[in-house]
Amino acid sequence: MAELCTNSAEISLGKLFSAVLKRDLLLSFRRKSDLVNPLIFFVMVATLFPLGVSPEPNFLADVAPGVVWVAALLATLLSLDGIFRSDYEDGTLEQVILSPQPLMVVCLAKVMAHWMTTGLPLALMSPLLGVMLFLPASAMFGMVLSLLIGTLVLSLIGAIGAGLTVGLKRGGVLISLLVLPLYIPVLIFGSGAVQAAVAGLPLEGYLALLGAMLALGIVLAPFAISASVRISVSG
Amino acid sequence: MAGSSWLPRWFYQLASPRWCYDFTGKLLPGFLIAAILLLIAGVVWALAFAPPDYQQGNSFRIMYLHVPSAILAQSCYMLMAVAGAVGLIWKIKVADMVAYVCAPIGASIAVMALATGAIWGKPTWGSWWVWDARLTSMLILLFLYMGVMALYAAMDNESMAAKAASVLSLVGLVNIPIIKYSVEWWNTLHQPATFTLTEKPAMPVEMWLPLLVMVVGFYCFFSVSLMLRLRNEIIRRERRSGWVRELIASK
Repeated sequence: MAELCTNSAEISLGKLFSAVLKRDLLLSFRRKSDLVNPLIFFVMVATLFPLGVSPEPNFLADVAPGVVWVAALLATLLSLDGIFRSDYEDGTLEQVILSPQPLMVVCLAKVMAHWMTTGLPLALMSPLLGVMLFLPASAMFGMVLSLLIGTLVLSLIGAIGAGLTVGLKRGGVLISLLVLPLYIPVLIFGSGAVQAAVAGLPLEGYLALLGAMLALGIVLAPFAISASVRISVSG
Repeated sequence: MAGSSWLPRWFYQLASPRWCYDFTGKLLPGFLIAAILLLIAGVVWALAFAPPDYQQGNSFRIMYLHVPSAILAQSCYMLMAVAGAVGLIWKIKVADMVAYVCAPIGASIAVMALATGAIWGKPTWGSWWVWDARLTSMLILLFLYMGVMALYAAMDNESMAAKAASVLSLVGLVNIPIIKYSVEWWNTLHQPATFTLTEKPAMPVEMWLPLLVMVVGFYCFFSVSLMLRLRNEIIRRERRSGWVRELIASK
């Protein structure tokens, strides 16, 4: 953080963004368990469905798009609390707010780092789940693509909830309450894209809607995230 | 306040809790009488005199409770978000209190809209619940209200809770156009809007006039419950100020 706080006036927004991104990625690579836990959770949730509902291949192939998407959503939800938690506890977040750099850019970089350590690996690992759940091979590409776009939207929305609850000691369940209603549209269109891919229908429409949500999220969510962080830290 | 001289005096004076308490005290009886009269007239008119529907017979009459509550649940959310934004921007205590008291009222009205919809759905669609776009987005509205209430409950610091809940309700505002247009965007089971301000309704006059009476009656009822809760909240939060002590001592 040292180079962030000193030469403050001259640092450009791009440099600020990449510095925060690099720092957050480095921190999460040094704590490997945080990196691996959501992935293990992702696989474990998907394992529960054949055991709990039915191991029938045809049935599993039918529910696979929804199961993969719900599992990805829950895994993202689980990791949200970590976006601001450690920075809040050691006072870094306070320093960032006090620094003259725009908080929005810092928040966007932190969300990006969160996505690169959870959403991106989840999307890359989803074909494994697809095979486990007998998803047809033709639908794999659509699934990965919809997860790549969708999980970034999930990270952006989720960071608002994480910012709002970072000042509370036990924010875990509360985050889910705040964020899940906002996740529903992403879930609908994300799993819709995979279902369309299974049925062999064009999925551009779904991906375009996910992309529209992403565009809206990137533009508007940083305002809400930085406002929520400011409220939590100053309160 | 030189810049806002175009605003009527009573409007910006509402920002003072004490003045707001007195003002709502003057409005309350009028709204209470209007709500009682309109609701009684509307219920009697709707249930006894409006003609039965040519397809649905008498089961359509639950519309007279369902439509106003569905409209009101969304209006209440908008009020909550706008009041929250006003509190966030101009740091007006009364606006925070309005946003705070909106959440439980809105949640209960949303429950009413969902419940009356389910009761109507059973004879008409043959099931209590369908995963239809409008029904689901209404359910999400209820979840949003619950999230806001949970956030208020989780934070001890009142001003911080108000700010946080305002941010959340502003973010949740994206759901309102989704509910509004869900029936037009997705061709699902739920019929399109019963009422629009700009077009002539498709129903005969004898059918939609009682509905209009019910909608206005519901808004009056909502104003009454909002003001009652608001006055309660003003007293609770301002309990240490002199005028509240005097008020309590005089009663």
